[in-house]
Amino acid sequence: MRNWWKALAIILLLYTLIAGLLIPVPRQVILYESIRNLYFHVPMWFTMIFLFFMSVINSVKNLSSNNLTHDTKAKELVNAGIIFGVLGIITGSIWAKYTWGAWWVNDVKLNGSAITMLIYLAYVVLRGSLEDEQKRARISAVYNIFAFVLLLVFIGILPRVTDSLHPGNGGNPGFNNYDLDNNMKLVFYPAVLGWILLGWWIASIRVRISNLSQKLEA
Amino acid sequence: MKYLNLFALLLVSIAIKAESVQMAETMRSDGKIYVVIAVLAIILLGLIVYLITIDRKLGKLEKEINN
Repeated sequence: MRNWWKALAIILLLYTLIAGLLIPVPRQVILYESIRNLYFHVPMWFTMIFLFFMSVINSVKNLSSNNLTHDTKAKELVNAGIIFGVLGIITGSIWAKYTWGAWWVNDVKLNGSAITMLIYLAYVVLRGSLEDEQKRARISAVYNIFAFVLLLVFIGILPRVTDSLHPGNGGNPGFNNYDLDNNMKLVFYPAVLGWILLGWWIASIRVRISNLSQKLEA
Repeated sequence: MKYLNLFALLLVSIAIKAESVQMAETMRSDGKIYVVIAVLAIILLGLIVYLITIDRKLGKLEKEINN
């Protein structure tokens, strides 16, 4: 069973969906049942960060070995990660509308994640503008490291040092402080793993397609 | 025709009964959240089955090209 983790992803996601909608959640004003978005909106970002992290590892490997297979992996991991980032932004926007009252607020975390998405879109544009394979691999690998550092700054650090509406940032405690009770952890952690595995699965398919088309071109 | 009428009568009587008698119907309880779960589960499963078929097709293609 080489593909056991794909089966695990399916089981975890089904569990997330069913338990996520049925298991009792803390009763909070403003949030109400929308607190269940935690199982779906937050794992989008975790998955994106995981995929971008794996991508940067491959970029470093590429720089140290000059092996283009790492470059392919880095590229497709970013491509898959962007999908999850976009889903994270859209779902967050809907959630914000019905809890904070607007589709978008000028919040440091929201703007930070939007900027991060632009930085990674620029990675794709940068790759598309370079013809030479080796050059493209090296330049985009360096850019990818730069991009991941900025991601850490914009999503990880800046929101924590300024005031933010978003839970877990500024003076605003995260869900895990008092909202995330044991019931929710029971769904949240498997949900994060399930979504990450799904992202990894999609990325791996993209890598295989990319490898095949390179083989056909050669 | 006779049997058809009889069948229709049977259906109507069942329908009337169903309306008046509350059965243990999970899909109707709790604000019908179970219906939402069923819909979402089908969508999720459908997408996953789609992903699996893509995965398999790709595997076949890989075998063909690598040989």
